[in-house]
Amino acid sequence: MKATVIVELKPSVLDPQGKAIQHSLSTLGFEGVEDVRAGKLFRITLADRGQPREEIERQLRQMCERLLANTVIEKFSYSIDD
Amino acid sequence: MKFGIVVLPGSNCDHDALHVTRDILGAEVDVLWHKETDLRGADCVIIPGGFAYGDYLRAGALAKFAPVMEPIRRHAAAGGLVFGICNGFQVLTEAGLLPGALMRNQHLRFLGRDVFVRVEETDTPFTCDLERGAVLRVPIAHGEGNYFADDDVLDDLERNRQVIFRYCDAEGRFTRESNPNGSARNIAGICNAGRNVLGMMPHPERCAEALLGNTDGLGVFRSIAAAMAKV
Repeated sequence: MKATVIVELKPSVLDPQGKAIQHSLSTLGFEGVEDVRAGKLFRITLADRGQPREEIERQLRQMCERLLANTVIEKFSYSIDD
Repeated sequence: MKFGIVVLPGSNCDHDALHVTRDILGAEVDVLWHKETDLRGADCVIIPGGFAYGDYLRAGALAKFAPVMEPIRRHAAAGGLVFGICNGFQVLTEAGLLPGALMRNQHLRFLGRDVFVRVEETDTPFTCDLERGAVLRVPIAHGEGNYFADDDVLDDLERNRQVIFRYCDAEGRFTRESNPNGSARNIAGICNAGRNVLGMMPHPERCAEALLGNTDGLGVFRSIAAAMAKV
């Protein structure tokens, strides 16, 4: 079973890396790039033990809160790939 | 009076901290490997600079789960001294022992140079031998030193006088130009509410010896020694 976790800076947190990428895209001639926010993506493979979906979601949330995201500056989202 | 210098896989300023505390202060020091489960009687634990666990995921994110962090948490909760320098500061914020987070430097570059910081508070064990308002020239060497916290957290830090060092110019003025990394409110170092845990990005252990041409950092270590001698 596979899950995808996306961790990105909270909207209230400035993202200088995203700004630099946006600037580079504009320099390359891509017009109308209004904003870029950089983040991290994790593809997680979980052993399929027939757990209920809620149990998997609970585990993913804990993974994000305890390690994958720093919730002072980052928010996370996840999806389970069926 | 005993120091404990934590060695995480990837620490690289542990010997600098060891040299200052043992050879310059003349204190008793033990090196604490990351797998240790007790602090061997250390009164002040130093988490040194470096790139613990390769800074993988985020600086300090993996280090907070090192076995030695458990006794450090207990030590801090009991009022014991914990001092995080550079990567050590990042570890302390990730571990939740200090508020806020250290983000990529505003201009995205690793910075290795001297900066000026102003001593904001002297009623901590780490600054009790320094003068309030003194300007110190101390080196920085980091890519993630941009201190961030929500406005209400920053206001709490100010209200409780937990901002201990701020980036400034040579005259002690807080200017945009003297803030090397974009840190909120020029913050270079903070302590916890109990004032027994300090984190700072600049490296006082790299400027604590006349031979190196700068002794501005020695006052921090002298303060700790003075505070421990009183206990």
